[in-house]
Amino acid sequence: MPPPRPYTLVAELSYRCPLRCPYCSNPLDIGADRYRAELEGEHWMRVFHEARALGVLQLALTGGEPMLRRDLDDLVAAGRDAGLYSTLVTGATLFTRERAERLKEAGLDHVQVSIQSPDPEENDRIAGNRSFEKKIAAARVARQLGFPLTINCVLHRQNLDRIEEILRLTEELDAQRLELANTQYYGWAVVNQQALSPTREQLESGEAAVKRFRERVGPRITVLWVLPDYHEDLPKPCMGGWARTTVVIAPNGDALPCQAAATIPDLEFPNVRDRPLDWIWHEADAFTRFRGTEWMQEPCRSCPLGRQEEDWGGCRCQALRLTGDARATDPVCRFSPHHDLVVSAREPGKTDEFVYRTMRRPRRPARV
Amino acid sequence: MRRPRLVDGARLQYDDVRGEHVLLIPEGAVRLNETAAQVLELCDGRTLDEITAVLSARYEGMSVQSDVCELVDAMGERGLVIDAAT
Repeated sequence: MPPPRPYTLVAELSYRCPLRCPYCSNPLDIGADRYRAELEGEHWMRVFHEARALGVLQLALTGGEPMLRRDLDDLVAAGRDAGLYSTLVTGATLFTRERAERLKEAGLDHVQVSIQSPDPEENDRIAGNRSFEKKIAAARVARQLGFPLTINCVLHRQNLDRIEEILRLTEELDAQRLELANTQYYGWAVVNQQALSPTREQLESGEAAVKRFRERVGPRITVLWVLPDYHEDLPKPCMGGWARTTVVIAPNGDALPCQAAATIPDLEFPNVRDRPLDWIWHEADAFTRFRGTEWMQEPCRSCPLGRQEEDWGGCRCQALRLTGDARATDPVCRFSPHHDLVVSAREPGKTDEFVYRTMRRPRRPARV
Repeated sequence: MRRPRLVDGARLQYDDVRGEHVLLIPEGAVRLNETAAQVLELCDGRTLDEITAVLSARYEGMSVQSDVCELVDAMGERGLVIDAAT
């Protein structure tokens, strides 16, 4: 069976970022030498066209902070030229009217602004940077210029009680979408799990607030609410299945099936400087290794619910981190012999102190 | 809905890789059949009657009104088409 065609290209333009969010999905070693040499604009432009030829329709320009790329306007124009629908995923501290107008001109389709909390001081504390007012101004500029707007807020124990305020702010800013992503433990969130993990009650009242909002507002505002894995007992189809929907390109040109895949130590990632995307998608070991169902072990192999092609075994990175084996069933699954590790991690954390994202080496290494 | 139009940021495109029409929206793509694509192409703020008239002429007088209304309503429920008259 030929592999499915990808829909999304996640272009991590740079790992540099003015914000220092303690749950950043970027790798812990963003300061490492191998990430220093960012791709040239011409590489990105070639990749955009190769991605479209492979079937990609959605381009996420992200980072770090994508607005730190000086040639962002040219990259946006190249994305449009390739026939991709582009989203700028930004912390929005650099999204001034002048730059926004140039991006509009270049053909940017959609803007996604992150907030860390609807409370200015709390936002700035979590982001590790005085940024709230700039974000709000940026969101307003985006709407004034006619961009569809998504507000994105990563949820955790320290901001989950403000969900009503987040919903109100989203409506007030005239956003069309709200992404409420409960923290998943990848990247920097692994280091900060104790400071982030929510209580069951917080999640339940959050979910109820979202439900009420949806009923009141209808299709005018789409709210995505992603329950954290740790509070479920069947795994999610992580990334829609390994190498089925998405290609991620790191700032240095490494191609990955998901943002966290670099944590799997024996995978070797092809680089778009050396290889065309078509080869990467179809031939590269990093993409074919966990694609489909052939690689599965028990209990996935004889899944009593027949979910092999529904959840695709869950998350490989999580399986590795919790069991030491990237081929194991995601321990979120109640049939996993390691499910108790997930159950015990449901306990809310015991500290509020963050280890902030930094491009310097982390002071203490991630617990594995 | 009197004057249906696509919401801000929605873009119609022909996906020549898969050989089908799509409506591109923030972080999503809605696959469309030929008829749906033709209707949505006309959802630019003109009236429902005008849309129906254009399509009816294209299909040699065939009655398309109920199909058009059904599609526009379904897209409205998903928040992809709004009424430019309100």
